Amino acid sequence: MNKKKTNTTNTNTEVIVGLGSCGLAAGAGDVFDALADEMKKNGVDARLKKTGCIGLCYKEVLIDIISDGVKVSYGNVTPAMAARIVKEHLVEGRPVDEWIIFKKDVVSGENTFLKDQKRIVLRKCGLIDPEDIEEAIAKGGYEAIKKVLSENSPDEVVAIVKESGLRGRGGAGFTTGLKWEFTRKAEGDQKYIICNADEGDPGAYMDRSVLESDPHAVLEGMLIAGYAISADQGYIYCRAEYPLAIKRLNIGIEQARAKGLLGKNILGHDFNFDITIKQGAGAFVCGEETALMASIEGKRGMPRLKPPFPVISGLWEKPTCINNVETLANISWIILNGAAEYAAIGTERSKGNKVFALTGKIERSGLVEVPMGITLREIIFDIGGGIKDGGTFKAVQIGGPTGGCLPEDFLDTYVDYDSLTKTGATMGSGGMVILDESTCMVDLAKFFMSFAQSESCGKCVPCRLGTKRMLEILERITQGIASAEELDLLESLAVDVKMSSLCGLGQTAPNPILTTIKYFRDEYLSHIHDKTCPAKVCVDLIDVVINQDLCRQCAVCIKHCPVQAISGARHEYTVIDPDACIGCRMCISVCPWNTIDVDSPKQLIVPAEKYRRPVNKENVAESVRCKADESRGGGA
Amino acid sequence: MSQLNITINENKLTVSPGSTILDAAKAVGVHIPTLCHDPRLKPYGACRVCLVEVEGARAPMPACATKVTDGMVVSTDTEKIHRLRKTVVELLISDHPLECVTCEQCGDCGLQDLAYRYGLNKSRYIGERHPLREQGDDPFIQRNLDKCILCGRCVRICDEVESAFAIDFTYRGFQVQVGTDYGTSLKNTSCEFCGQCISSCPVGALIEKPRLNKGRTWETKKTLTICPYCGTGCTLELQTIGDKIVNVAAPLDKGVNRGNLCVKGRFGYQFVNSNDRLKTPLIKKNGKFVEATWSEAISLIAKKFNGIKSAHGADALAGFSSAKCTNEENYLFQKFMRAAVGTNNVDHCARLCHASTVAGLARAFGSGAMTNSIDDFAKAKAILVIGSNTTEAHPIIGINILQAVRNNGAKLIVIDPRKIKLTQFADIWMAQRPGSDVAVINGIMNIILKEGWYDQKFIEERTEDFDELKKILDAYTPEKVAEISGVSPEDLRRAADIYANSGASSIVFSMGITQHSTGTDNVLSLANLAMMTGNVGREGTGVNPLRGQNNVQGACDMGSLPNVCCGYQKVGDDGVQAKFQAAWGVELPKTPGLTVVEILNSAAKGGVKGLYVMGENPMLSDPDSQHVEEALEKLEFLVVQDIFMTETAVFADVILPGLTFAERDGTFTNTERRVQRIRRAINPMGNAREDWRIISDVATAMGYPMHYESADEILAEINSVTPSYACITTARISDSGF
Repeated sequence: MNKKKTNTTNTNTEVIVGLGSCGLAAGAGDVFDALADEMKKNGVDARLKKTGCIGLCYKEVLIDIISDGVKVSYGNVTPAMAARIVKEHLVEGRPVDEWIIFKKDVVSGENTFLKDQKRIVLRKCGLIDPEDIEEAIAKGGYEAIKKVLSENSPDEVVAIVKESGLRGRGGAGFTTGLKWEFTRKAEGDQKYIICNADEGDPGAYMDRSVLESDPHAVLEGMLIAGYAISADQGYIYCRAEYPLAIKRLNIGIEQARAKGLLGKNILGHDFNFDITIKQGAGAFVCGEETALMASIEGKRGMPRLKPPFPVISGLWEKPTCINNVETLANISWIILNGAAEYAAIGTERSKGNKVFALTGKIERSGLVEVPMGITLREIIFDIGGGIKDGGTFKAVQIGGPTGGCLPEDFLDTYVDYDSLTKTGATMGSGGMVILDESTCMVDLAKFFMSFAQSESCGKCVPCRLGTKRMLEILERITQGIASAEELDLLESLAVDVKMSSLCGLGQTAPNPILTTIKYFRDEYLSHIHDKTCPAKVCVDLIDVVINQDLCRQCAVCIKHCPVQAISGARHEYTVIDPDACIGCRMCISVCPWNTIDVDSPKQLIVPAEKYRRPVNKENVAESVRCKADESRGGGA
Repeated sequence: MSQLNITINENKLTVSPGSTILDAAKAVGVHIPTLCHDPRLKPYGACRVCLVEVEGARAPMPACATKVTDGMVVSTDTEKIHRLRKTVVELLISDHPLECVTCEQCGDCGLQDLAYRYGLNKSRYIGERHPLREQGDDPFIQRNLDKCILCGRCVRICDEVESAFAIDFTYRGFQVQVGTDYGTSLKNTSCEFCGQCISSCPVGALIEKPRLNKGRTWETKKTLTICPYCGTGCTLELQTIGDKIVNVAAPLDKGVNRGNLCVKGRFGYQFVNSNDRLKTPLIKKNGKFVEATWSEAISLIAKKFNGIKSAHGADALAGFSSAKCTNEENYLFQKFMRAAVGTNNVDHCARLCHASTVAGLARAFGSGAMTNSIDDFAKAKAILVIGSNTTEAHPIIGINILQAVRNNGAKLIVIDPRKIKLTQFADIWMAQRPGSDVAVINGIMNIILKEGWYDQKFIEERTEDFDELKKILDAYTPEKVAEISGVSPEDLRRAADIYANSGASSIVFSMGITQHSTGTDNVLSLANLAMMTGNVGREGTGVNPLRGQNNVQGACDMGSLPNVCCGYQKVGDDGVQAKFQAAWGVELPKTPGLTVVEILNSAAKGGVKGLYVMGENPMLSDPDSQHVEEALEKLEFLVVQDIFMTETAVFADVILPGLTFAERDGTFTNTERRVQRIRRAINPMGNAREDWRIISDVATAMGYPMHYESADEILAEINSVTPSYACITTARISDSGF
């Protein structure tokens, strides 16, 4: 009894569950409940806490158990594991070694993942309860606004931010201090600060993560910006698809108001500032600042010409400073640690850290915050652990849907604004999609072009119609019905659209095409000339074939085919009708015997320009059979 | 600010600050194509065909929206620019049906011109196209969405100029189209059918329905003239083929409207070619109208009028002139009544609308018309509108007011019992009880007085009897005014503050306050308000009555009034009398005649026995139609000269067919007293004749010879006897009015 008691009444122990969107999606809510149950059942009175995202997304659900300052992390936790963790670790004092992913002085991928990172933006993420302002304050939150209000004039704040060399993290990389200075100097009785939280790049979620895990960093950044440019009103433009971020921002704003950190005479100084959240409806183009402002004003989100720039005439034609979430999250650190300290990180022209979202075919996907000037190789291979499942690196797609694809030759490129721009890609907001040999670059370009096209606001001709026509050419290439001339047409159109579009969306939309043509031209040519998809991705150029020699005729594939493209039955000969097949590969994933494979080129029966054949089951069955026979190579 | 230097394709020039590259290029004759540009709209820069290279710029810039900076070097004719433009055009035609052979816009199409220029008869880009929209039941406007190039001009003009907000972009990406709320017919939207969208559309996506299949623009003869509807006096371009009006447009650089028109001006021309027009003189025989020759009709009128005159005296005859007819015809009509008939019994419908304005403002300022011009609204810092539903009754002036409010930040005060379109944009809307106008204005003045917001210097230098006004105002405390009018003291206070302290406040009013038994007092109160705050005699200020009919100002100026001759020269004044007797060569009656109302009263009692009505319809426009009917029936002889068989004409003994505005020459004077030319676009219908020719013939037949060859000749006579029109010759007003 006594022994048990000493172990369970350790009030110095905290059990922290990562409850960001990623954690919740992985089931963290259930894990939290299971832990609460088990702890209650076992009479454990350690503190069970919520936190945001620590960045190890591939290991969600994550829980940290900190006892006497020593942290042990469990990954991929399920509710079923709760009982054992509580009983062995908390009650008996024996951590469950086999589930531990992080422990001091133990070599693990997770250690490497975290070891090479320098955390400024994410410094409190995964450590504090984002719904409790006290925890943020305990970790230094709102110290910076206190400091500037009592020690610095607005001009001095602008000077500090300028000196830090911080550049906008939303993509364009404009010097933040300069933007503040312009807004400060602009004439106007009313000025606004807007936080652009309209994160829309597929594969980028650092802003969401910051808002969910440490909303106060952003609120404080806005307060400081408001003080610096003499704005008394801030807006956070956040997409409605980020409900958790909006919820936590609302809680944060309420708590900050209650503590006198927002509102009138903040901290007793002659400074008023408040923040309103404006929810966006999810249009990608509303991340463009002029479209964003139009949306706040209640108009259709369409970009307008610049100049006038928002710093002169922005929201409701008043001088407006628009900064992105990550940019603002840097501010308080810069104030507290000094501009020089910040400027010491990174490269000559790209100072500080950048958060990247590693996704795709990478071993350790998640958020990483690294100093500017690190190489792609370091991020992908050292921190990210290389290609998933031992695959081969093919390319990295950087800068969101309008960024570019860089092949292996560029792995030693430094990650900073200027170096990346030179390659044809962009920093963008920091999405990094890692691609292996199973990715078709033409298909990838098509995916991004489809995104750009459906998100084009339609205002300017090159973007509205140019992206559409580029998409259509890509569709024809992936169907094997495009001519070589069309590739030239695609390339020249891409150049023209880039040069003649009105806003950043159209000006960068052709980047995925231009970079893939530049670095993976052969792959395009294979589709066009050989009607082959080397990555075996493009549905019209592949055959999904059942190896009849190995097939055990279990009919599992027939059951799972979503389009009933597989004929036959249990204990019967099964064939896939290539015309009906949509290439989803469900059959491959369910086949217990690994008898189904993808082949390209497709056996073209008719000339390429009339590629789609009429459905003729008998012929189809015959051709598949023949191929199957060939592949057998004389029997095995 | 100093001029800016710019070089365009080696041409060096200086332009004023604010000019765009496109403006500068125009000035040196360098053509830059545009599709989404319309000078009426704010720069948009979306179509990208006006891209030019600017030295030092990162990317090509849109000429329509890029402001010139000093030392700018621009190239418009480089290989790169042509390539980009060609790509844009090729993209556009990849989603545009090349149906030029059947398209209404053929020959007047921005896209067609560019495709021609770049030799593009097809696009290398094949793929999806926008489908043709099902033709809905939109009145007036045909929307061909398959032809739309999404330049946004229709959307923007509907918003920026018309403030109607009926259409907007819908969807995203390739699917974007210009649509209405829930995709319904324009009938269910806030559309006003002004057709401004059509006027701006550079392609055949929006077409005036009435013009369909009647001929392309280039086939038409184009005649500049003036709209026959309201007193705004918009410039129209009548497009005709033969004697048919095919379409109406408005030139962007001319007139008070500069390309803008309302539904009436743009679409309301069908009456001109209507089959219901009177085509030949008619004489009533046995209660039925039978066709007659001009000489039969005119000699009958002469005989009857002369008969009444000799039996009962000239004052037993009277005439109604017309605010719809030209200055020349009005001049001639009053001359006819005074010189040929020998009575001052001549009046017209101004009696019923703005007579109180003329009386009130003449007492206050010495002249009864707008103190400032229409363009001046743009310079106002505050506009007070009372008794005018401007956007409906004077739509183009309504546009001017709304643009001043929306673009220039002018404050808008609307005093009107009804919720009208202007109230949506008003800073203050005061819905007073009908008839309490004087109280409201006195209430505002009371506050201005109490707060000391009046202009002491102006009052001392330019006004009389301010102390008398003060005494009256004392009683009108905001609280008392609230009791009388229902307008809250707070609103009165805010309105007084805005009006008195804006720096330049303009008053706009119309028949909502003049057609009252206290109409003259209403007008005088407004004049007092303007004067006590010094809001007269400067740009952006003034007291501005909006006249109703297209030429009601001119009809008054020409002396179609019982008490004054042309130029408001008083009947009975010895000098005036002598002058006109000399000019017209005849003894003239000395006593002022009867007004419209008095003439009808007299007719009903048997006093006036013969009446000549030119272009008026008292059965509809005068109060108490029962009474009018009695009066008309009582007449011994009624002549109606009009273009249609009106409600009044049915009572006539002789009907004379006159001409519409499209068939004759002359001048109209608009509400701001701009005298503008109307020009014959088509030949007269049937046997109908110019009204001035008819009057001349009747006068001659009655024994007072009048011989004029043209409207110009009459204008020359007007010049000689009317000081305020002395220098207004057709040559001088040909371009933009006078």
